[in-house]
Amino acid sequence: MAISTPKSAYLKGVTGAVPFLLVVVPFGMLFGVVGTEAGLNLAQVMGFTTLVIAGAAQFTAIQLMVDEAPTIVVIVSALAVNLRMAMYAAALAPYLGRAPLWQRAMIAYLNVDQTYALSHQEYEDRPGMPVPARVAFFVGCATPILPIWILATYVGAVLGAAIPPEYALDFAVPITFIALVAPGLRTIAHVAAALTSILLALSLGWIPHNLWILVAALGGMMVGAEIERRAAS
Amino acid sequence: MTSWSDPAIWGIIAALGIGTYAIRFSFLGLLGDRAFPDWVLRHLRYTAVTILPALITPMVLWPEATSGQTDPARLAAAVAALAGGYLARNAIVAILCGMATLYLVQFAVG
Repeated sequence: MAISTPKSAYLKGVTGAVPFLLVVVPFGMLFGVVGTEAGLNLAQVMGFTTLVIAGAAQFTAIQLMVDEAPTIVVIVSALAVNLRMAMYAAALAPYLGRAPLWQRAMIAYLNVDQTYALSHQEYEDRPGMPVPARVAFFVGCATPILPIWILATYVGAVLGAAIPPEYALDFAVPITFIALVAPGLRTIAHVAAALTSILLALSLGWIPHNLWILVAALGGMMVGAEIERRAAS
Repeated sequence: MTSWSDPAIWGIIAALGIGTYAIRFSFLGLLGDRAFPDWVLRHLRYTAVTILPALITPMVLWPEATSGQTDPARLAAAVAALAGGYLARNAIVAILCGMATLYLVQFAVG
């Protein structure tokens, strides 16, 4: 194949991202439904979905707001869910670090699970790819994903107001979280980290203001990281 | 969620928007293409699989919709979602397994 031009890289990004809409559409709609049922108005649901663009963190914030947790706990817990994106940023830096600052600032806004996963894979597979083509590929991935995510949330928010309570949608949130975690339990370290976190959550529930969530997660992260370190050495 | 005023809700949205952007920008924007310490990345890799289970576990065991009573239908749904998502390595399969089990058991116990 010829040297990739920004244009061909952009189109490749678009086509690579389209299948991920199967995940993005239901999650977006579900957030619209859950946010509306929790009592947010349409503007607030759309504010979450365009400014935060991170389903798991948005669900976390809504759940803790329903639980009447203090504001600071809502914010810190939801941001903690997004800390994985610091890892994405660090993993992209060797490939995109030489792009102009404004392009990196734009990519940061577009850096969600799907665009990250696709782009990082492409950069690894094609080490000779020029930086402008890398940027174009990333923007290509984001082109279908982000507008459709926002649109799906809107549809969910409008429909959500019409769904009766018999459908037990209260439980859609835990199910969604399990759905986000289960495929990620790839190694013993991941499983041990998750189990540690669950056991700590159950035994530390007495810590006030929902802070046990952060303590349990931190404990789980340390166990996961330590197992990984020992396995590597 | 009646206790949240409009300004409080918008404040949370703004804080999460800015905070999340700062996280996304962090190493990409500030570090450029310099390398990053392994031990930090090692910990960050486990954020998603730890914070979400901590949050879910009480919701699964003591659901608010049943006033904190353990509910067989919701418990079975959680197990089905976990098994489906783990085996298929797919989030949508997990949601379908979980919600189908929830409705089936609720219907059967009815």
